[in-house]
Amino acid sequence: MKLHIANGRVIDPANHIDKQQDIYIDQGRIIAFHTQPDGFNADKIIDANGLIVCPGLIDISARLGEPSHQHTDNITSETKAAAKGGITTLCIPPDTDPVIDIPAVVELIQDRAKHCQRTKIYTIGALTQGLKGELLSEMLSLKQAGCLGISNGLQQIDNTLVLRRAMEYAATLDFTLFINAADPWLQSQGCIHEGMVSSRLGLGGIPEAAETIAISRYLLLIEHVGVNAHFHNISCGKSVKLIKEAQERGLAITADVSAHHLHLSEHDIGNYDSLSHVIPPLRSTRDREQLQQGVREGVISVISSHHLPLSNDEKLGPFAETCQGISGLETLLALTLKLVDDDELSLEQAISNLSQKPAQVLGIDAGHLSLGGNADLCIFNPNAENHCQPNDFISAGKNSPFNGWSFNNEVVYTVYKGNIVYQKG
Amino acid sequence: MTNNQLTEKGQLRHFLTIEGLNRPLLTEIMDRAEQFSSISGRQVKKVPLLRGKTIMNLFFENSTRTRTTFELAAKRLSADVMNLNITTSATSKGESLLDTLHNLQAMHTDMFVVRHAQSGAAEFIAQHVAPHVSVINAGDGCHAHPTQAMLDMFTIRRHKQHFPDLRVAIVGDILHSRVARSQIHALSTLGVGEIRVIAPKTLLPSNTQTLGVHVYHDMKTGLQDVDVIIMLRLQFERMQGALLPSENEYFHSFGLDQQKLNYAKPDAIVMHPGPINRGVEISSDVADGDQSVILEQVTHGIAIRMAVMSMVLGSRSEQQESVE
Amino acid sequence: MTIPTTQVDIQELLESMAESIRQTLQDSEPLLIGIHTGGVWVAKELAAILGADFFDAPLGTLNIAYYRDDFTRIGMHPQVTPSDLPFAVDGRQLILVDDVLHSGRTIRAALNEIFDYGRPAGVTLAVLIERNGRELPIQADIVGQSITLSPEQHIKLTNNDGLQLEIKSKETPDD
Repeated sequence: MKLHIANGRVIDPANHIDKQQDIYIDQGRIIAFHTQPDGFNADKIIDANGLIVCPGLIDISARLGEPSHQHTDNITSETKAAAKGGITTLCIPPDTDPVIDIPAVVELIQDRAKHCQRTKIYTIGALTQGLKGELLSEMLSLKQAGCLGISNGLQQIDNTLVLRRAMEYAATLDFTLFINAADPWLQSQGCIHEGMVSSRLGLGGIPEAAETIAISRYLLLIEHVGVNAHFHNISCGKSVKLIKEAQERGLAITADVSAHHLHLSEHDIGNYDSLSHVIPPLRSTRDREQLQQGVREGVISVISSHHLPLSNDEKLGPFAETCQGISGLETLLALTLKLVDDDELSLEQAISNLSQKPAQVLGIDAGHLSLGGNADLCIFNPNAENHCQPNDFISAGKNSPFNGWSFNNEVVYTVYKGNIVYQKG
Repeated sequence: MTNNQLTEKGQLRHFLTIEGLNRPLLTEIMDRAEQFSSISGRQVKKVPLLRGKTIMNLFFENSTRTRTTFELAAKRLSADVMNLNITTSATSKGESLLDTLHNLQAMHTDMFVVRHAQSGAAEFIAQHVAPHVSVINAGDGCHAHPTQAMLDMFTIRRHKQHFPDLRVAIVGDILHSRVARSQIHALSTLGVGEIRVIAPKTLLPSNTQTLGVHVYHDMKTGLQDVDVIIMLRLQFERMQGALLPSENEYFHSFGLDQQKLNYAKPDAIVMHPGPINRGVEISSDVADGDQSVILEQVTHGIAIRMAVMSMVLGSRSEQQESVE
Repeated sequence: MTIPTTQVDIQELLESMAESIRQTLQDSEPLLIGIHTGGVWVAKELAAILGADFFDAPLGTLNIAYYRDDFTRIGMHPQVTPSDLPFAVDGRQLILVDDVLHSGRTIRAALNEIFDYGRPAGVTLAVLIERNGRELPIQADIVGQSITLSPEQHIKLTNNDGLQLEIKSKETPDD
């Protein structure tokens, strides 16, 4: 398919481009900017006048609910949701069911993804077998199967000796370690941030120290072992400080934050609103500000959906008994651009946090618009009026706390490998 | 915070938490309880106010005593009462909790009295019942136990007239206590001069001060010049969680005996939501002594629950102005 | 529209009621019970006329708020002074006093409440005003005055510097 994207404002932070120019696409690749190549006959011309054309978004951590024993066809719905969100690449953490600890599971996921052809799906392999924190997984074969990194998902490794060796082995293979840092004991009693709201509602609290202690422990081992590491879903201001100091010491570490932690705080739990039940928990308003600052300063380089689709039943019950998670694929761009509206981020940085930066962390050739490069694009209207209505999500999960929020932007087209995979209806 | 326990006219639709209720409403509950307490002295200890109403005591957590006072209160108002003890294992999933609820609702229930181990359970149930059904929270997790707090306020009012002049100390496991949380809200709404909590740090929630209380870690300074002492029950499982070393040490530092009671004002009253662990949080001589009003609290529990039940069901009427 | 019923000399009515009580019940050692709030005012006046020796117990007061049959429709009565019967009713002759007998529902509720205290030997009903509009088979034994009003008219006893009767018409708004 020959595609001509005309009159759009092209923003590509990776190539320092921000100007109005046309893009010509053929056979899944960008074949020209600005001037139409000789003999190019577009099958379709997209008039992007007034729209912004940027690299297709990369979501560094999204759980699709598949494979699992409960859901059967989530990859179809979730890749559609990703396309609607302008996401052309996403990365699945290993805590699926079965766990991604053998190449067969990677193949299973890739096989199902192949039928969809809307989104590039990458996987992160399990650090230990069954994520149990005891035996090392066959990391080499996972790497050969295409895993971009290694992680123990939300499961914590209690035994520091096992953790050290797993990190050493990952470092041997030049694997990046992806970390969800939480002290399992300090976390075990709680379901929300330990603070004003937990005291008032009588819900078990997860102290800030659950995250900072775990991060400190990881940082010391990372320094000792010398492994590349990335921290997922940082929730506390103090964690930002720890990571910043380590980066300044020269450690090869990066971090991401969820879009929801940049907008919500413990107070959004209100009267036991289970839609705001996430792990790590929503922290104080001060933490939220410090996370925003961390993104602004580049300590946190990636913004992710940390998507987790849940059924209504999984969110129905007394707060602590409900499942943790937010369906975020369809609000990732909108929430990130809201930070631009609020003057927290520049537009270029916001796009970089969703494309160039995650590509760098994952070590993939994506997240930029280059001649001869993959034609993965997101085309959005920066001046649209848009009300978030989770019930209209394409995702199998309608579990979003952003119901009724208004956004000034919306995705108009998503182009994956040169094909239009989403077009605003 | 939403206040879906009030009708548009500010009357009680449900009774879920003290938080967010104003002083006139709390005073009205106590005034009504005062009227109802005289009924217990009659030959026929009941009035036909709630005749024909069906009240379900829905206890997901066992508590014979609380359930009995609710049952008695409902019966004294001539309502039909059903007691249902539901083990948590049968409703570990939210969906089956709702299924249980909808089934019982289909039996034309007018009110659920709910006790549940999870904080927020009563709120959750109130959000999902049919519009004509009311919910009274008989204790949800560590969150709230509003009728207990109101009977405590009622007991205090019977002994001490003017709330603003009072200094009240709550002693013990504040962290896990739904009673303490509700008491703190009630005491501050009623304008109590000073609310203190006395506990080791392991039994206090984080940012306790944000609840509007003064925090003490020892009985001697904490009980100084106090008018009311509220002792909380110590759950034995607290020893398992490494929150306390032993009952012995707890009693030594935070248990109320005559010697520690002497730090308070001479006319201070001693309260306890019960059932008491003698020799753990309170010594027998203090529990049974002149300053103890513990048994009175139990008696007042019935009148308070009659007041709340009648107010909640009374707010459901078609019109509100008085006639005749 | 308010019509002060100046033509009714309330004191005269009370005295004739007291006289009837004296004649019919003098030997039965009766006890006096007023229904909140108008009935209590009337009962107090009757007690004053009959003198301190006539009754051997203080005036009892009934508040029938918890015995009304319109709870579902009306809800809780805003302010309730609790009933107070400072005597045992078992085996005694009672005089139940109210200001106005209209539908009979208040008296029905009062009788129910009295029987929750015990089993009296008998109950005599004394009312200041008996009007038309009965909905239950209840009649007064002692009546100050009988009057006929239209259904939308409403008679009420007030007590600002002495008892006074007011007739209000529901259809005509006050001006």
